[in-house]
Amino acid sequence: MNAVSIAATSCPALARGVKMRFDEARQQWMLNAPERVLMLDEIAQVILSRCDGAISINALCRELALEFAAPQEIIQADVMEMMADMLHRGFIRI
Amino acid sequence: MSQVSSPLPPAPMALLAELTHRCPLACPYCSNPLTLEHAANELDTAAWRRVLDEAAKLGVLQVHFSGGEPLIRKDLETLIAHGASCGLYTNLITSGMALTQRRADALAKAGLDHAQLSLQDTDARGADLFAGSKDTLAKKTASAAMLRAADLPLTLNAVMHRGNLNHLEAMIETAVRFGAGRLEVAHVQYYGWALRNRAALMPTRAQIDRATQSVTAARARLSGVLVIDYVVPDYYASRPKACMGGWGQRFLNVDPVGRVLPCHAATTIPELRFDNVHEKSLGEIWENSSAFNRFRGADWMPEPCRSCERKEIDWGGCRCQALALTGNAAAADPACALSPHHEEMFAIAQNEAATEAPEFIYRRMDGE
Repeated sequence: MNAVSIAATSCPALARGVKMRFDEARQQWMLNAPERVLMLDEIAQVILSRCDGAISINALCRELALEFAAPQEIIQADVMEMMADMLHRGFIRI
Repeated sequence: MSQVSSPLPPAPMALLAELTHRCPLACPYCSNPLTLEHAANELDTAAWRRVLDEAAKLGVLQVHFSGGEPLIRKDLETLIAHGASCGLYTNLITSGMALTQRRADALAKAGLDHAQLSLQDTDARGADLFAGSKDTLAKKTASAAMLRAADLPLTLNAVMHRGNLNHLEAMIETAVRFGAGRLEVAHVQYYGWALRNRAALMPTRAQIDRATQSVTAARARLSGVLVIDYVVPDYYASRPKACMGGWGQRFLNVDPVGRVLPCHAATTIPELRFDNVHEKSLGEIWENSSAFNRFRGADWMPEPCRSCERKEIDWGGCRCQALALTGNAAAADPACALSPHHEEMFAIAQNEAATEAPEFIYRRMDGE
């Protein structure tokens, strides 16, 4: 089997066994994954909550650019970097 | 902000629920204590339900149902369902030996989020030898397929030592073949049963170096396919691990009879007194238990930990290992290069690894 890597046309979703939740005790969004917990900042939470396995990174970043009135290239560079890291660490699948 | 200056400890992240010490396997590195609890003394379903309620209320995020072999408990599905209903992320740590497809489906239906299956070796003879049982490889291969058929996310847990480290590449391939998303390459930790069997388990430095290379290459080769967790074993390390993420900082363990422990090996430290869920709430124990407060934070530390800039990174390492190797549970973990016992620890590993492995002393209920 070969490595899987992220592309702008990839449609990410949370990996199997990974769940997003808001923790009342810590007032914090987080991912629960097998024997791991990842605390999410506001931006990561917004991005991941839209990763439904159907929307591409391209389309997602187009949406974000409109909503946050920021250049898509800049948003996309950040999102691609975040998604590559999340994929390698097993938090998302594509 | 220092943890010790805050009035309350941070909320724990994870609960290890050791439902039973009963197990079909007899692994010579079992993490259970030398003296095992019998079925008659185990917490009942109602008590475990209350523990799960209290854990969720306390801020625990994940519950790991473990043992022994948790599948032996007939109320496992009930407890998983209860944990899930409390909002806990539920994980099953199993040998897979007694699993059936019906049971795997029932676990998934109960709301199990993830299963961790142990594999002792990729070679059938080795797998039986290291588990002290029969037909383990075939049964575990079948169990992996059942868990995947039930659509449960899977981690393969491989405890590695001198007898199976040369099969690490095959273990990585097996994890992929089993459909696991994650592989834990866990070197044996030497306390309890494993300390008794240390000379039979200790790998050579060369084995460790090859293993590290294999893992590094596999992580790149299988990026996006398989996550590999890997930590260098203590005896060959130069920095101690932040054992349990710091004593009493993130983790609590309830043993089969209801004792609440800061780590699963904490009963090896004779000076500690443990509270029981029969007598107090989990929250009260987390906050006030003398066993938790004994090594919580950094105030208890002697030198070289006290003045170390890493004291709130590694929290002085493992207390059980410090006791086992220095006779003092408050000493710096000898895995640390700053410990006066560090060279001695390294020499023990080198000598034992270079000597022919003795016979295993298998885990037994009576401790002998």
